[in-house]
Amino acid sequence: MKNFLKLKKTTRKNLVTYAMVILAFLAVWLLSAGGSISSAFRGQLVPICVYIVMAISLNLTVGILGELSLGHAGFMSLGAFTGVIVSISLQGSVSSDPLRLTIAMILGAVIAGIAGLVVGVPALRLRGDYLAIVTLAFGEIIKNIINTLYVGIGPNGFRISMVNAESLNLGENGTVIMNGPMGAVGIPKLATFTSGFILIMITLFIVLNLQNSRSGRAIMAVRDNRIAAESVGISVTRYKLMAFIISAALAGAAGALYALNFSTVVARKFDFNTSILILVFVVLGGMGNIRGSIIAATVLTVLPELLRAFNNYRMLLYAVILILVMLVSNNEQLKNMMKKFTGFFKIKRPPDLRGGTARE
Amino acid sequence: MSFLSYLISGISLGSIYAIIALGYTMVYGIAKMLNFAHGDVIMVGGYMSFMATSYMGWSPVASVFLAMAVCTLLGIIIERLAYKPLRNATSLAVLITAIGVSYFLQNIALLIWSSNPKSFTSIVSFDSLRLFDGQLIISSVTLVTIAACIVIVCGLTAIVRYSKIGKAMRAVSEDKEAAQLMGIDINQTISVTFAIGSGLAAVAGVLLCSAYPLLMPTVGAMPGIKAFTAAVFGGIGSIPGAMLGGILLGVIEILGKAYISTELSDAIVFSVLIIVLLVRPTGLLGKKISEKV
Repeated sequence: MKNFLKLKKTTRKNLVTYAMVILAFLAVWLLSAGGSISSAFRGQLVPICVYIVMAISLNLTVGILGELSLGHAGFMSLGAFTGVIVSISLQGSVSSDPLRLTIAMILGAVIAGIAGLVVGVPALRLRGDYLAIVTLAFGEIIKNIINTLYVGIGPNGFRISMVNAESLNLGENGTVIMNGPMGAVGIPKLATFTSGFILIMITLFIVLNLQNSRSGRAIMAVRDNRIAAESVGISVTRYKLMAFIISAALAGAAGALYALNFSTVVARKFDFNTSILILVFVVLGGMGNIRGSIIAATVLTVLPELLRAFNNYRMLLYAVILILVMLVSNNEQLKNMMKKFTGFFKIKRPPDLRGGTARE
Repeated sequence: MSFLSYLISGISLGSIYAIIALGYTMVYGIAKMLNFAHGDVIMVGGYMSFMATSYMGWSPVASVFLAMAVCTLLGIIIERLAYKPLRNATSLAVLITAIGVSYFLQNIALLIWSSNPKSFTSIVSFDSLRLFDGQLIISSVTLVTIAACIVIVCGLTAIVRYSKIGKAMRAVSEDKEAAQLMGIDINQTISVTFAIGSGLAAVAGVLLCSAYPLLMPTVGAMPGIKAFTAAVFGGIGSIPGAMLGGILLGVIEILGKAYISTELSDAIVFSVLIIVLLVRPTGLLGKKISEKV
C-alpha cells in the first residue's frame, strides 16, 4: 500500500483502471462459470467489450486529440468485413480458432489503420469542423461500397465483383463470403469473452501509455493550443495523424471481434447512428477520461436491455444527455450553478465532465 | 435527350441543396459554427406542411407559410437554448451540441409522427412542361424549385448587400468584437441569421418532399449533410458559392446515378467533397483567410 501511494499520480490512476477491468472480468467469468448469468446477458458480453474498445479509441481522437470523428463506425465496418474475409479464407489452412481470430483482428486493424491514413492526410491539414464532415463522408462511402461488394472464395481462388454473386464464378465448392446488401453470411463464431477482455487490455495498454508518453503530451499540446505547439517545434500534422491512425486501427480490431461474434453482419449496422452512439459513450464518460469511457460504454450497453419498456425514449434521452453535458461543462454560469448544487450535498468536487485536463 | 432531362433533374435537386446550403453557409459565416440540426429543420418543415394540407385542409401555399413560420421560430429557439450558452466554447463542444439537437429533433419527430413514411402530396399542381413534341418533359415541381432557388438567392444577396441587418451580418462575420464596439447587437444578428436560415430550410423541406414524396423523421438528415457538402464545395460563407456548389452537387449526383451506379451515387458525392477539400480547401468561390494569433 505504501509503495502504491509512492507511485506517480497518473501511474496510480492507470493501475486502478487496469485493476477495475480485470476485476470486472473475473467477476463476470466466475458468475458465468457458476451458471448465474442469463443467456441474454451472455450474448451481450462480446458486444460490451467491443463498445468499450470503440469508446476508448474514439476518446483518443475526440478527448485526447480534440478532433471530432463522425465516421468511427466506418473504421469498425472495415475491420469487421476484413476480419470476416480473413477468417473464412483461413478456415482450411489455420485450424486453431484463437490464432485465426488474432490474425483476423490484426489484419482488420491494419486495413482500418490504412484507411485512417488515407482519410486523415487530407482532413487533418484542415482546421475547424472539416474533419467531422470528412469522416462522416468516409463512413457513408464505406457503407455504400460494402453494400455493393460481392466477395467469394472458391477452387479458383479469391474473387471480387460489384455486380452480383453469380458473376463471381466460384465453381461448385465456392463460398460466397459477402453478398452485397445482404452482408457477410456464414461467419464462424470465433469471438469469446476472454478474447474481448484481452483486446480491452491491449487497447488500454496502448492508449494509456501513449497518453503519458512524449508523443501523447505532444498530441495534447496540439489540442490545447495548436499555434503554441507548432511554435515549440511540434509537427502538428504528424501527431494528429498518429493519434488518428491508432484510433482507427483499434476500431478496426474491435470491428473484427464484433463481426466474428455473429453469424451474419450487414454494412447498415455500421452507420452514422453507431458512430453517434459511441460518441455518446465518450462524451458521457468524460472527454479524455479513459476510465469514464469504459464505464459509460458498459452501462449504456447493459441498460437498454434492462429498460426495454423505455426503448422508444432511449435515443431521445441520449440526445438530451449530449446537449446537457456539453452545456453544463462549457458554460461558466451553468458550471457555477452545478458547483453550488454539488457543494450543497457536501461533495468535495463537482464531477469533472470536461476531463483530459489532468485535474485530480 | 435523356442527358438533357437528367441534367434538368440534377439542376432541380441541386436547387434544393442550394437552398439548404444557404442556411448552412450563412450560419457558418456569421456564428462560425456548423449547425448540424439544419437538416432536421427541413424535416420539421415538411411535416408542418403535410399536417396543414392533410389534416387541416389548408391550401398548399398557406401550408408553406405555416412551415416557414414554425421553422423560423424553431431556429430561434434552438439558437437561444442550445447554441447561445456556448458562444465562447470550443468548436468541438458546439458541434457535439448541434449533433445532439439534430438527434433530439429526429427522435421527437419519431415519437410524434412514428417511423411510418407519410406520402406527401406535391404542393405544385399545374401541368408539366412538354418540349420537343413530348420528348423532354419537365415536371412542374422542377420548374417551381428552380424558380424558387433563383428568387431566394437574389433576395438573400440583396438583403445581405443593401439592408441594415445585412450590413450588420457582414460586420459580425468579419470581426465580432469590432462589430460590437460599433454598436451592433451580435446576439440579435445571429438570431436573425438563424431565423432566415431556418425559414429557408422550411421552403427546402416542402420542395424536397414535393419532388420525393416520402416523409420520414430521417428525411432531412442526408440532404442536410449533402447540402453542407455543397456549401463547402462552393466555399463556405459565400452565397453565390452555396448556389453554385448546390447545383453542381445535384447534377453530379443525378448523372452519377444515371450513368455510373445507383448504389454508389452517395459515395460519388462524398468523394467529390474529399477531393475538393484536398485540392482547394476553401471551396470554389471561398476566400482564403489568413490566421491571426
